[in-house]
Order: sequence, then structure tokens, then C-alpha cells
Amino acid sequence: MAESKDNRFDPVNVLHEIEEKFEMVQVLDEEGNVVNEDLMPDLSDEQLVELMSRMVYTRILDQRSISLNRQGRLGFYAPTAGQEASQLASQFALEKEDFILPGYRDVPQIVWHGLPLYQAFLFSRGHFMGNQIPEGVNVFPPQIIIGAQYIQAAGVAMGFQKKGQKAVAVTYTGDGGSSQGDFYEGLNFAGAYKVPAIFFVQNNQFAISTPRSLQTAAKTIAQKGIAAGLPSILVDGMDALAVYAVTKEARERAVAGEGPTFIEALCYRYGPHTMAGDDPTRYRTSETDSEWEKRDPLIRFRNFLTNKGLWTEEKENEVIERAKEEIKEAVKKADAAPKQKVTDLINIMYEENPYNLDEQKAYYTEKESN
Amino acid sequence: MAQMTMIQAITDALRCELKDDENVLVFGEDVGVNGGVFRATEGLQKEFGVDRVFDTPLAESGIGGLAVGLAMTGFRPVPEIQFFGFVFEVMDSISGQLARMRFRTGGSFNAPVTIRSPFGGGVHTPEMHADSLELLMTSTPGVKVVIPSTPYDAKGLLISSIRDNDPVVFLEHMKLYRSFRGEVPEESYTIPLGKADVKREGTDISIIAYGAMVHEALKAAEELEKEGKSAEVIDLRTVQPLDIETLIASVEKTGRAMVVQEAQKQAGIAANVVAEITERAILSLDAPVLRVTAPDTVYPFSQAETVWLPNYKDVLATAKKVLEF
Repeated sequence: MAESKDNRFDPVNVLHEIEEKFEMVQVLDEEGNVVNEDLMPDLSDEQLVELMSRMVYTRILDQRSISLNRQGRLGFYAPTAGQEASQLASQFALEKEDFILPGYRDVPQIVWHGLPLYQAFLFSRGHFMGNQIPEGVNVFPPQIIIGAQYIQAAGVAMGFQKKGQKAVAVTYTGDGGSSQGDFYEGLNFAGAYKVPAIFFVQNNQFAISTPRSLQTAAKTIAQKGIAAGLPSILVDGMDALAVYAVTKEARERAVAGEGPTFIEALCYRYGPHTMAGDDPTRYRTSETDSEWEKRDPLIRFRNFLTNKGLWTEEKENEVIERAKEEIKEAVKKADAAPKQKVTDLINIMYEENPYNLDEQKAYYTEKESN
Repeated sequence: MAQMTMIQAITDALRCELKDDENVLVFGEDVGVNGGVFRATEGLQKEFGVDRVFDTPLAESGIGGLAVGLAMTGFRPVPEIQFFGFVFEVMDSISGQLARMRFRTGGSFNAPVTIRSPFGGGVHTPEMHADSLELLMTSTPGVKVVIPSTPYDAKGLLISSIRDNDPVVFLEHMKLYRSFRGEVPEESYTIPLGKADVKREGTDISIIAYGAMVHEALKAAEELEKEGKSAEVIDLRTVQPLDIETLIASVEKTGRAMVVQEAQKQAGIAANVVAEITERAILSLDAPVLRVTAPDTVYPFSQAETVWLPNYKDVLATAKKVLEF
């Protein structure tokens, strides 16, 4: 490497110094051993068991969703297996009043934040009632435009700030999403106004087929937060306790008026991008898959809890059975939703319909009565 | 009543609404201390504080996202896009997000957001400042599009836009900002959205226009009067939705109509007006409905704009064709 001729400045070294600062935060190693006692979050035994139960439940939900999709009983679905720690432990660190702005893979977080499961199924099936957010559930429907939720999160957080509410706006995207202009605008606006927001990237290594290495020259995505002046963290996204710890801390900072935080969680999506024909074997090797599967978030958390005497096979089976039962009920409830009509949709365009929609509604009322 | 320019009427409307509703927020690039590049927000930050009237980082998409998020938390945002030529940077927030908010959430959320933005030709701006891009908005279901042509209309329409519970794009023609004054009541008042205004009554031909073209149409109507022809001039004021009732009543009276728009012919607000008239009133028509528009080129470099833009002479020539058909 060429040595800097002028020691007054050395931009290459500045970059390296920043990059070297980003060490991956970890509490549990792949076997579930505690590697960083200092970061162990203050969670009761019940809470630890609850978090594990949610992860097991969500893995089952993913498996069932995939098979329901294959049977033609669900529509659009983006698999979540491998990302349970990133998704659920970060949501677990939130309070009910916090507002989640999800991407399309982040359905588990909004379900655990209060969206009834049958509505998630209706969303998947393309029924507008899936996105009708019940009063008191602080989530937005999954965003389809990658990055749009990041700038909106800055706005929601500004709203909390202006109203003096002790709440945080939390938004998710992926490694691909971090290449969008809106990604940076969201971080930058939130930083400039010091609003209570948490920006979370689940770096699952692939944006559909495009590998992380092609997204950016940045060594970590976490370092991108630094450019916008945000405290930024790189965390092991397969480690539920580490994800919980960093999100909890970010939340505390936000509600204390200390501004937004940016979190990159390293994780992996075991399944395809979505169930609409993506074939991961075209862009990933089975060696890479199995390397990541060894770091599975459920395995290490299960080991940790088992060693503590908090988890048994019996307990796990109990959760699995409960999940299957509740999923079955939710599907039934989704099946019972009223048939979606174009006239219903015409009614939700505006507070008051203009002449053209009134005329078109009359036409579709006739058309739908036949 | 006070005499105001259009920009003063706009500032006055913002002041009324900031005073009237604590959820109204005004923000954008340079709208704070500087009062906006055209001074539309002059004095507002001083009067209402930096919490209600504030500058943003220089990023239109971010401004749009801020508006979405603030609307979701119960505010009534009035963001400014510094020039509407920059709208491409914020298209997703407007057409992809705000316009669909009520619809995609099944009515759980709505977006009472008014996006104000200067546009329009004839003031020698650099590229991407003067373009008439209203068609991008009118082809987006979910947003209303308002374009005032007088100070009085600007104030009443802006207040209505801000109070509307759905997103409104409020476009302010730069050439009209300070070109004349008009009477504007000092108190707050509203003009309903979706209502056209007959700016001049007549019996022989309906000239339908909006924005700066209203004034070209009025000038042409005066010329026609000298020739013994009586032209009715209708100002659309809201280009989405259209005021079909007023348009059809006028055409049924005059039997002849034409539409004037500053935008290119292919960017068809005028085409939509022609379609509505022919669908609803063809048997009242004694002549085809013709259009006066700019040519289908990119908006020209400023030295060519005065020729490129339609003017009253173009309106007059086309009116004669319609009258003599």
C-alpha cells in the first residue's frame, strides 16, 4: 500500500479506523455460551422463556405460511426463518406505544406488536382488511417500496417529539435497502432533528439474489450511520440477547431525548426471497446455507435456556402445538372475511368521493350485483 | 378588504391556518428564517416558532417522508417543495405513499397533507423549475390538485386544502406571485375544492383555462368582445377533480368550447376536459372542442419560453376557429 506522503491528512487511514471500530456485538456464541456477561440484558426468567416461545412460534408460522402458500391458501409471502432473533428480540425491546414501520418481511414484528394474525393472512391474500390497523396497535402496514419506511420513521419520530410522547419509531429494512437514497435521507433527517427513532437493518446477506458485497464498498453497513451522525451498532443478528440488548439501549437513549440509533444485525434468510418463484440455489451455495444454519438463533438460545433449566423439549412442543392451533384458527378467521368488493375500495379513496368515483361506484354496484 | 399579491395571500392563508389549528406544520427548504425563496413563509417562523415552521435538510424525498410520518401522528403538514420541477425526487412520497394512505390502510390512516409548490413559465428560471407537471399528480388517484389564478382564490383555496383530510397538491404559478394585486379579505375564508369559477360570463364560446392561462383567456375574451363575440371564461381552479357541473352548464349555454393549458399538449388536463365535455354534452356542441397548449417538447431554455408558452393571441386564433367552424 502506498504510504501517505503528507502526514497532515490520511483519508485511507480515517476510513480504516472507523471500520475497525465496528466489532460485532454478541452475548451468546453459536453454542449458546455467554461470551459477554457485561451485556447480558436484564430479563426475568419468564421474559426469557417468552422470547424463546415467540421465536419457536414464529419459526412454525413461517413453515406453515410456506405450506399454505404452496396450497394456494396464502398469497404474497416473504419467508422469515433465520431472522427470528433480529426480528423478535428487537420488537421485544419495545413498548406498546412505540410505532413500527415494517418492510414486507417484517410481518412477525407487527404481529407480536398487536396486529391480529388473521389480518397478516388477509394482507398476504390481498384483502384490504389485512391493512386495517386496529385502534391502539401502533404499526403501519408492510412497506413495499424499499426505503420509504425509513424517511417516514423520521416523520413519526418527529411527531412523537413534538407531542412530547415517550415513544420511539422503529423501522426495518435489509442490506439491499441500505443502498437506497431514502435510507440515507431517513437517517439524516432523524439525526438532524434528533428525533426518537431506531433504524434497523437486517443484513441477511442477499437482496433477492444480489450479494451484500455488491451493495456497497463499505465494510459494514453499520458505519453508514456514522455519516449521518448517528450512534451506530453492528450486532450478531442470530443472537437474541445481543439484539435485545442493543435495541433496548437504543430505545432508552431515544426516549431520554438523545436521538436516533442505527443498528445493523447480521443474519441470514434460509428460504427464498418470496414464495413467488425465487430460487436461492441460483445465487447461494448449500455450503453457505449450512454455515449460517449452524449459527441458528433458535439453537443457541435453546441451549442457553436449557442450560439454565428454563427450557425443555416438552415446553417446546407445547409452543409448537399452540402455534399450529392458533394458526389454524387465524386461517379460519381469514377465510370468513367478507368478499372484497370494488365498491368497498371506492369508498376508501377519499373522505368524500368526487363525481367521477360516485359515477364509477354506481357502475360497479350494478356490476357486482350480477 | 386588503389589496394583496398572490404570494401575500398565500402567506396570509398559512398564517390563518397556523393560528387556527395547532397541528398545522409548515416546513421545507429555506422556509424558516429565510421565509422561503419567494417569501411565501415570510415572518411565519418568527410568529409561530421553530417548532411549527421549520427548515429541512435539502432532500425532497425526506420532506415527503416527514410529511407522511407527521400525518400518521396526528399533524396536518404543509410541506413546501421549493420548485415543482423537483417533484420527481418526491414522487414516491406523494403518489406512492400519501395518495394511497387512506386506501391501503382501509381507512385506518389518512393523510391531511398539503404540498405547496411554485411552478410555471415566463420568469426565466433555469431548467426543471418552470415545468407544468400537474398531469403527474392528476393521474394519481388519491390526490386533489389545486391551481389558483388570483390572490382571492389562492387564499380561500389554500385554507380549504389545508383543512381537507386527504392530500392536496397546491401549485402556485410563479408568474402570478407578484404580477398584480387583488382584493383579499383579512379574515379566514374557504373556497370549496373541486369548484370552478366563471371569471367572465359570455354566450358564444366557453374558454376553459387554469393558472396563468386564465389571464391569457381573459385578455382574449376582451379582444373577442371588440369583435362582437361574447366569450365565457371558466377558471378550473381545481384540476382534479374537475367541476363537471359548471363546465357542462357553460357548454350547453354557448355550444362551443376550447381549453387552454400551459402544459404540453400530451400532458393532457385539457384532453381530459375535452373528453368529459364530449362524453356528456356532444349534442350541445356546434364545433369541435379545440385545445391551446404548449408544444410537446421539453420545457425550453428560457430565451425561447415567451414564444413557446401559449399567449392570448394563440387563444384568440383558436377561439376564432371554434367560432367560425
